[in-house]
Order: sequence, then structure tokens, then C-alpha cells
Amino acid sequence: MKSTEKNFSVVTLLAPIISLLFLLVVWQAIVSLGKIHPVILPGPEKVLEACQKNSAVLRKGFLATGLAAYAGMCASLIVGSLIAVLFAQSRWLRAACFPYVIFLQTVPIVAIAPLLIIWSGYNFRTIVIVSFIISLFPVVSNVTSGLLSVDRNLMELFQLYGSSRWQILFRLQIPAAIPSLILGARISSGLSVIGAIVGEFFVGNGGQYDGLGTLMTGWQMLQKTDALIAAVLVSTLLGVAMFGLVNLISKTLLSRWTRAVGFDSAK
Amino acid sequence: MADPSDRGDGNTGENTGEVDKEIGVRCRGVTVSFGEKSQVLLGLDLDIARGDIVTLLGPSGCGKSTLLRAIARLQPMNTGSITLGEGQNQRPASMSFVFQDPTLLPWRTVRQNVALPLQLGHQTQWQTVSQIRDILLQVGLPDEHHGKFPRELSGGMRMRTSLARALVTDPDVLLLDEPFAALDDMLRTRLNELLLELWQKRERTIVFVTHNISEALFLSHRIAVMSQGTISQWVDIPWKFPRNRSLRTTVEFGTLYGKVAEILAESSV
Repeated sequence: MKSTEKNFSVVTLLAPIISLLFLLVVWQAIVSLGKIHPVILPGPEKVLEACQKNSAVLRKGFLATGLAAYAGMCASLIVGSLIAVLFAQSRWLRAACFPYVIFLQTVPIVAIAPLLIIWSGYNFRTIVIVSFIISLFPVVSNVTSGLLSVDRNLMELFQLYGSSRWQILFRLQIPAAIPSLILGARISSGLSVIGAIVGEFFVGNGGQYDGLGTLMTGWQMLQKTDALIAAVLVSTLLGVAMFGLVNLISKTLLSRWTRAVGFDSAK
Repeated sequence: MADPSDRGDGNTGENTGEVDKEIGVRCRGVTVSFGEKSQVLLGLDLDIARGDIVTLLGPSGCGKSTLLRAIARLQPMNTGSITLGEGQNQRPASMSFVFQDPTLLPWRTVRQNVALPLQLGHQTQWQTVSQIRDILLQVGLPDEHHGKFPRELSGGMRMRTSLARALVTDPDVLLLDEPFAALDDMLRTRLNELLLELWQKRERTIVFVTHNISEALFLSHRIAVMSQGTISQWVDIPWKFPRNRSLRTTVEFGTLYGKVAEILAESSV
């Protein structure tokens, strides 16, 4: 039993590494055998080289874009939760405003980014706003449904003790919506990085700001494909890091909601 | 709706349920309907003496749960009135409800779940900690479980927690809606005994809903057999308290069981 479990973990660890190596070999083979120009597709070796050569810039970009995405996500969590609480309080308000929240979701962020630049300027704030807008919807929709889908029996329990609206909100609805908030935050964590990079595409390096998106547009113009691919990899890493951060916070701070079934004592 | 008793053996009383003692719960002309077509309770009258354990017994759909929920004011009535008698120290009677599901808050520990009614009633003081511990020990949950979350407990332990939560406010009237229906027979028998033990310590009025005849006989002073939205028959239970599980194996228990089963079968038609 134990050995099979061990084998299993070895398989789950080894298999992705093997498939990655295979991919790299195929990549290199295509580049070498096809005699493809490095501007079109550089080999993995070249990309790694570009990573090392630009490591200082990439690290700075990682931090700058990460900060924008983090700020955008935090703002969306706070504002989104507040909007959700308001929606949960009034059916009328929900009916009046929820369609426009969906509208916010369907409007392409790329289309409103130029507008935001006119309003907010070529600066860090604009990037945070783009990241905020794109990650707002999952928070609002998840938390609203979490607040409203409280177990009927639990609601009756609170009615039984003559609870006020505030007691129901703070002692029942909000705690019950925490798992939905975590779910929304997970989706937002990836979106916030997308938002930040899209924002950076538009803002460009108007100032001394150097996010990953800014680097990408710059390297694209210079046809530095190897560095561009390196930036794509780093931005992917940033998305994973944001997701990991959300999971870490949800596991430590909110352990009573996510705590796994550890033991089940006999009666 | 009245089906006068022709079993003149003292076990089955009159259907009106008039009692001389102080009143615990009184219902007059209670009518509840869900929509126009489905009438659940049809002008039901009910008197429960203070400190009595009364079981509402009947097939599913007879309105027993609806009546209990109406008493708890969870179910609005179309007509009629429900009054509670006086509580302890001449105060209005307080009330607690135990649901069929334990309905615990999953993010709160056992201790915090039991504290909930006190918090909602703004009654948390420094002595509540020992008060909560006492009530948990009384329902048979030792200290080691008090810090656990509901999903870490067995079904029986969850129901004990739910019972402790209902009792922590020391209610004058305790309403239970098939609380042990989802538990196995052994555990059900054990919790029946626990309920009686707790009642002996403080003789509060208990209204218990079940469709289990054996449970109804073991627990109650009187059984109200319900059918089609009214109480069709009252059955007085002759045995004295304290009762223990050996009662269930006696011949008299078996005889009365058969009698109640017959009444139930008749009223279900």
C-alpha cells in the first residue's frame, strides 16, 4: 500500500518533468532542423540566455507588474465585497444594478483602456485601475451568490432567536460567503495579472515605469523574440505566484473554512 | 374531526385535550394553508400542560411539523392563535427549537455554536464559558470535543451539540422536529433517554414531533395523533417517570404500541 502511494507521488512529480523535457527537445529540433530564423522562433537555449541577460530588468518588471496586479486585486476584493453586501441587502438594488455589473464583465477591457488613459493619464494608477476593473466581476458575482445562498435552516435558526438584519449579515451571511470569496479571489488572481499587463501595453514606458507589459512592447519593436518569450514566461510565473498567494492566505487566515476533515471520533 | 373514543380502557382520552393544570402551550383554531388548494392545518385546537412532554405523531404530510413550526413562529398562520403559558419567575415563556438536521454553523466550533443563542440575545458574560461547558457535559459531550468543528463530529455528536444549543438559554418550552430521525436505532434510544434525563432535571414543556411510535410512547405524557390537519385522537401514556430502556421490552409497552399503531392506521385512511 505504502509503496504504491510512493510510486504515485513519483509519477505525479516525474511525468510533467518528462513531458516538459520532451517539449524542449521537440522545440529545439524544430528550430535546428527547420533552420528557423531566431527572430521568428529562437531555441530554448537562446530564451534561457535572454532570461539570464535580462534578469535584472525582468525581476524589476515582475515586481512592478506584480505590485499593480496585487493592488488591483486587493481593490477588487474590497470594493467587490462591499458591492456584494449592498446587493444582498436589497432585492431592488440588485435588480437595478446587477445587469450593469454583467455589462462591466462583457465590455472588452482593451476597448476601454484608451479611455482610462484619457481620464487617469499615463501612469501606474491607470494600470491598477485596469487590473481592478477586470478582476472585479468574479468577486461581485461570487460573493453576492454566497451571501444569498445561505442554508434555509440556518436562516430560520437566526429568525428563531429574533436576530436583527445586522446580526444575520455579520454572524451568518458574511461568514457563510467566505468560501465564495476565496473562489472569486482565485479567479481574480489570474485576471488581475492580465489586467496589469494589458494596462502596461497602453501606458507604455511614458515614465520610468518598467512593467512586464512595457518590456514586451519594447522588445517586440526591437524584434528581440528570445527576450519576449522570456517575458511571457515570467508573466506566467507571476500569475502562478498570485494564485499561490491567494491559496496561502486562504489556507492560513481562513483555516476554519478550509480546514480539511482530519479525524472522525466515534460517538 | 372528532372521533369519540370507543376504547374505554383509560389509555385513550378525549380529543379536545382539555387540561386543568397550568398551561404550557395553547392553540386555538389554528389554520395554515399553502396556497388555495392545500390546507395543512384545519382549525386545530391544542392544550399542553406546563411541564408535560407531548408528542405529535402522524404520517408524513399530516401537518405535525407545520404545527410545531407555527408554535415556533416560523410558520405564519392564516387564522387562529397560539399562546405560551407563563415561564419561570412570572416572565413570558422562552422557547427553543431543535431541527431535524443539526443546523450547526460549519465555521464555528462546538463551543461557539452553543454560544450563538446567547450572542444573538446579547447575553454573553464572563460566566457563559462555564455555562456552555456545563450544558455540553450534560448532553454527553466531553471536553475534548468542545473545540472541534461540526464536520469533525459524528452524526450523534452533532445532534447533541444542536440539543445543547437549544438548552443553553434554559427555555421554558422546547420544540423538537424529528430530531433523531436520521440516527440509527441504538443512538436514537440513547438520545431518547438523554432527553428524559434532562427533563427530570428541569421539567420544561416539550413538544416532540415524530413518526416513530416507540419513541413517542417512551418519551411522552400524552400523544396527539394527527391526521389531515387536525388532532384525531389523544393517547395518555400511563407509565411514571423516570423511565428507562427496559420499559420498551415490557408486555404493556407492546400492547400500547399495537393500540397506537392501530389508531395511526385508522387515521391515515
